[in-house]
This record gives sequence, C-alpha cells and structure tokens, in this order.
Amino acid sequence: MEIKKPAVAGTLESSDCLVTVEPGEGKVEFSLDSTVIHQFGNQIRKVTLETLDNLGIDNVKISIVDKGALDCTIKARIEGAVFRSVDQYDNLPWGGAIK
Amino acid sequence: MINEQKKKRLRRSMMFLNGQKPSLIKDPYIYKADSLMFDLEDAVAVTAKDTARFSLYHALTTIDYRGAERVVRINGLDSDLWKEDIRCVVAADTELIRIPKCENKEMVLEVEAEIEKAEKEFGKEEGSVLIMAALESAKGVMNAYEVCTSSPRMIGIALSGGDYTKDLQTKITGTGIELMGGRQQMIIAARAAGVQCFDTVWTNLDDMDGFRRDVQMIHDMGFDGKSCINPRQIDIVHEIFTPAKKDIIFAEKVIREIDTKKAQGIGVFTVDGKMIDIAFYDGAQRTIKMAKAAGVYEGDL
Repeated sequence: MEIKKPAVAGTLESSDCLVTVEPGEGKVEFSLDSTVIHQFGNQIRKVTLETLDNLGIDNVKISIVDKGALDCTIKARIEGAVFRSVDQYDNLPWGGAIK
Repeated sequence: MINEQKKKRLRRSMMFLNGQKPSLIKDPYIYKADSLMFDLEDAVAVTAKDTARFSLYHALTTIDYRGAERVVRINGLDSDLWKEDIRCVVAADTELIRIPKCENKEMVLEVEAEIEKAEKEFGKEEGSVLIMAALESAKGVMNAYEVCTSSPRMIGIALSGGDYTKDLQTKITGTGIELMGGRQQMIIAARAAGVQCFDTVWTNLDDMDGFRRDVQMIHDMGFDGKSCINPRQIDIVHEIFTPAKKDIIFAEKVIREIDTKKAQGIGVFTVDGKMIDIAFYDGAQRTIKMAKAAGVYEGDL
C-alpha cells in the first residue's frame, strides 16, 4: 500500500494512542512519544513495524503519541490512519492485511 | 449449523460498551456480565465509525473475554455503515449481532443475508453468528412476533426505551408506566416464538433503588435479562435473576413430589402448604436450570 495523504487516527485518552501517517521519503521513519517509553518503547516499535509490514507499507513517516495503549489498540490505530490516508472505508481486508 | 445451546444461553445482564474507547473494551470481563455488547452505533461518533471497527476487530481477536458472550451492535440499516460492520465482526468471530431500530422481518432477512455472505467470505461455519433485534419504535413493537420468528438465527428481542418512548410521544418516567404495553407485548411475542426477551437500560445511575424495582418488575414479567450501562448495575441484575436458595429447594421438592405422585396415580397435592399439580412442573424445572446456569445449584437433579 502507498500512503496517499496525511491521516490521523486515535485519541490522547488513557489506554489509547494517536497515530499520524504521512507519505514517506523512500523508507519507514518512526517517531514515538510514550508515557511508558522506557518499559515498552521497543515493543511499540516492533508492533508498529509488523503492522506496517502486514499492510505492505515501506514508505511512510509515522508518529505515535502513546498513552498506554495495548498492542491491539496500537495496531488498530495504525490501520485506521493508513486506510484513512487512502480513503478506503469498505471492503477492508479483515483477517488478511488486517490481522 | 446453528447451535441451539448457544441460542438459549444465560443472558441475565448485557453490558453496553462504547466500541470507540480502547479503555472500555480492553478488560470489561472483570465485571462478570453474561454478555458484553460492543457498540458501533449511537455511542460511536460519526467521525470515529471507521476507526472503531479496527479497534473492535483486534480486541475481539486478541482479548480473552473469559466466557462472556461477545455481542456487537451494528449501525442501522438506514446507514451506509452496517454491511462493513458485519464483515468486520463476522471476520472477528463475534457470537451475536444486534440489529438496531428493527421494525420487521425484512430487516432481519437483510442482515441475515449479509452475515451469510460474510461467513462464506471469511471461511466461518454457516450459522455461527446469531442475531438479536432491538425494537425501538411503535411499529417494531407491533411487529414483535414477526421479528421473533423471522430467522433460525434469532435469539431474541430487546426493548430500546429511549427511542420507543420518543415514538410514543412520551418520555421515560422511572415508573415504567410508559413501557408497560410494549414490555408486555414483547414478552408475549418472544415466548410465543420460543426466543428470549431483554429489557431496556436504566439511565438514572443515582437512583439505584428505582433500578432494583425496575429489574424486579421485568423479572416478574418473565424477561430473560436487562441491558446495563454501568458495572454497578450488574450485581443487582444477577441477584434478582438468579434463583434464591429457598426457591431452589422448593423447586426440587415440586419436581420430586410430582414424579412420585404421578407414579402413585395422584394428580394434585400440596407441597409446603401450597397446591401443586403438573402445571408447576415446567416452572420448577426452569428454576433448577437457571440455578445450574448461574452456577449456584448444588443438588443432584
């Protein structure tokens, strides 16, 4: 998938995170601001890269502001932002690229 | 194959959870409601309809809800959202889909067709996802029996008091007077069709005495359970919907006595000073069944 335009998903509420994606410059650029960065920074990075990989994205600027989200929420917010960036709201690949 | 056991499971409490909020859907099993109802409809802001689905999909496929039934309320059939809602939640193995603002058989059949399509698309067993319908209008309540008998997947109907009273041109008074006819009609229709019947939410969280009276009343009317919006409501619902020890003991006596007396050729007799005949048999068995389902039965019937 190719990121077409900047898009945002999520909130800054507790247990949630705010994900912003923008078209990249030929690679994945990842930035993270988290209340639990020391304990879970690496894990969040891992989940993010895996999720992008599942979606077939290798060219994106992605920034996450995390408020203690579970892995499943981080995934959901990344996918939310990515599908918004390509304006796809139907016929989503549940169980395929979304897994 | 539709699992009849699953259709009839214990559903004393059904707790609404906003599908938009990760903090609410991450661990609601701690409140021990029989069913958890994840909402994609009214609780979710129009601007979050798409992202709520992703959250719900991953929550349903990752989190262990520890035996609580996972129900999803999809968006209304007058929206352009409900078909994708169905794809999402069928793919995520939800057990039960709640149709909002249901008014007739055709609406149920439309949803059923989409579920079937999604079951095929995602390789799920046909009939694995069940349906319930919320009746939220005078027309819906008038057509209660038609809705109850519309599909083999139908497990029951639920009253949605807010919209229903708006349609009646009245309001929720707290006394139940405005809901009386609707509730009665629904429970009769559900029983005639052999499905379950659930009551509307109680929204005044400061009036717990009123809540208790409301739950007692719908229990006495024959309802199977109550929709809840706050964890504080669950224990009260379970207390009222779980047979008390004295009711269980009496039911055991009734069953044993009827069995014995039948063998002796006696039709009517007394148990603890109350007249008993065969008409009490099913009720007593239901008490034991409820006690077993609620995990409070210690006897050997």
